[in-house]
Amino acid sequence: MAKKKDSRTAGEREGYFGRFGGQFVPETLVAGLDQLAREFPAAMADKAFVTEFDRCLREIAGRPSEMYFCRRFTEQLGGAKIHLKREDMNHTGAHKINNTLGQALLTLRMGKNRVIAETGAGQHGVAAATAAAVFGLDCEVYMGTEDIRRQALNVFRMELLGARVIPVTSGQCTLKDACNEALRDWMSSVETTHYILGSVTGPHPYPIMVREFQSCIGREARRQMLQAEGRLPDVIVACVGGGSNAAGIFVPMIEEKDVKMVGVEAGGRSMNLGDHAAPLCSGAPGVLHGSLSYVLQDQDGQTAPVHSISAGLDYPGVGPEHSYWKETGRVRYTSCSDDEAMDALVALSRAEGIIPALESAHAVSEAMKLAPTMSRDQIILINLSGRGDKDCNEIAAILERRKGAPK
Amino acid sequence: MTALSKNRLVRAFADLSAAGEKALVPFLTAGYPDLEATGVLLRDFELRGVRVCELGVPFSDPIADGPTIQASYTEALAAGVDVAKIFQVVRDYRGAGGRMALVAMVSYSIVFRHGVEQYLRDAREAGFDATLVPDLPLVEAAMVESQAAACGLANVMLVAPTTPAARRLEIAKHSRGFIYYISVAGITGERDGLPDATIAAVAEFRKHTNMPVCIGFGISNAETVAAVCEVADGAIVGSAIIRRIAGAKDRRLKELVSEAGEFISELLRPIAQPR
Repeated sequence: MAKKKDSRTAGEREGYFGRFGGQFVPETLVAGLDQLAREFPAAMADKAFVTEFDRCLREIAGRPSEMYFCRRFTEQLGGAKIHLKREDMNHTGAHKINNTLGQALLTLRMGKNRVIAETGAGQHGVAAATAAAVFGLDCEVYMGTEDIRRQALNVFRMELLGARVIPVTSGQCTLKDACNEALRDWMSSVETTHYILGSVTGPHPYPIMVREFQSCIGREARRQMLQAEGRLPDVIVACVGGGSNAAGIFVPMIEEKDVKMVGVEAGGRSMNLGDHAAPLCSGAPGVLHGSLSYVLQDQDGQTAPVHSISAGLDYPGVGPEHSYWKETGRVRYTSCSDDEAMDALVALSRAEGIIPALESAHAVSEAMKLAPTMSRDQIILINLSGRGDKDCNEIAAILERRKGAPK
Repeated sequence: MTALSKNRLVRAFADLSAAGEKALVPFLTAGYPDLEATGVLLRDFELRGVRVCELGVPFSDPIADGPTIQASYTEALAAGVDVAKIFQVVRDYRGAGGRMALVAMVSYSIVFRHGVEQYLRDAREAGFDATLVPDLPLVEAAMVESQAAACGLANVMLVAPTTPAARRLEIAKHSRGFIYYISVAGITGERDGLPDATIAAVAEFRKHTNMPVCIGFGISNAETVAAVCEVADGAIVGSAIIRRIAGAKDRRLKELVSEAGEFISELLRPIAQPR
């Protein structure tokens, strides 16, 4: 790790980003988190670990992922040039593999032989199952029954990879509830099991660790952009559920004041509580799953129900560093409705032959709003965090319903 | 801690200790199966000889709780139970002369949302004697600790089997009222017995602290209560009580209360002194 003082967290307590972050967990988990907080920086300072991680990213994930200039899409929108960071081209189809390979290596380093994970869309679950298969680790993935229904293909993939998918029937039967069950498992298994958390959420050190494992996205994009355009982008757009793909592409350029950054949350059906999953846009600071961050809650501190067309964004919380970036104004956070995301998905598919994941389509939608307001020599970089193959059944059903519905 | 010398929880353990007795600490989900039942159960438990009772504030995402308590929380929330209504039940219990020490078990998510100072002051005014925030480890606890002390609430802290020895002593220094010793690494729920290692660890731990130690998680019958009280100052029983209440919730309130109450008497038998 760099010795230079980290301006993002300068002067703050360990594990905090400004007033956000922390470690709000039962005492039973503290020893495991302390171990992780010691092992992660030690691993990153160990040349052998970093070399092995880089090899895994290259040979298993297939990195570096390409950066792609959207010629037709740019022409259609008639404004800023649009580039895509092609995380959809990674092995397993999304950025999630970067993090699971890093955490699987860390699991081996800590001498543990079992991993657990939570999953919403199934992308993180598949990536965790893949990393577990690569290194011969036992793997169990918690997944809400509503998401199991929406993402049947990914359930099959996880099982094919040798993982066990454990259905979660509590709460809304989606990502938040899967996180609860994974944490409950970890309460009794922490001494032999590593919890591969999938986003920049949760207690310290997860938000920092996952961000660092994902920061290859932004480091590559920076280099690729300088090569392609001779300068950095004017705007970077990424979707934000927990916020790991966004943190991964933002962080290596976060000190570049001329690079604007936009995080796009799930606007769902409407901005009424219960109809969306946009805590940064309309939530308040609160505690969920071990950290203090923006969250969607009622007046009593009970977690509110959420909705999104995209299973991967269907989460009432967000990583604490995003809350910090919101408060400092470094990143602008906005939202995109279910319908807008679907329109963007179709538009990009037809213009460039790339079917984005429903999650990533939220970022595409924001770029479609921004591009026409910008000049032709300006540049937008979209983090295309995943591919839409997993969503095709869901997309087909939605398009069918839309056909029937009056506009 | 002169501020806490009149605290019912602190007094309860002082009295028990002076009499050579141990505490049975039953856990109730506040507002389950409804708010009226909670009030009646509290009075019934007190009449049977309980001195300290833990009231769980229902939370949507209780990661330390097993299926039994989770289900009771979900049902209570669905029925509209909230913090204000729970405080009213406690106020009514005190108004009717209720004297048990009451410990509020509440997630930090709820405390933070209300504001630490506001929440603790309201809890104290309602008639709680202590607060126990299961997702607030030592490193985050300073604010709750000082605000609780300022309004006369004991802040009970937890020790887990995974807690290293030096950290246990650090927690013991900060805990007030008693120390909640978690018997097994895992979530709440009934177990047949407790690991011998836990009993041995508590015996060792008690050599290093004067603070009362109560053991919780997994205690489901009178034998385990007796075994736990060989080494500890008290036994906390939750899921086994909630399961009985869940089984009786569709019956008349009187039957439900006697079902739960008789179980309490059964648990008290091995530790109660003849009166």
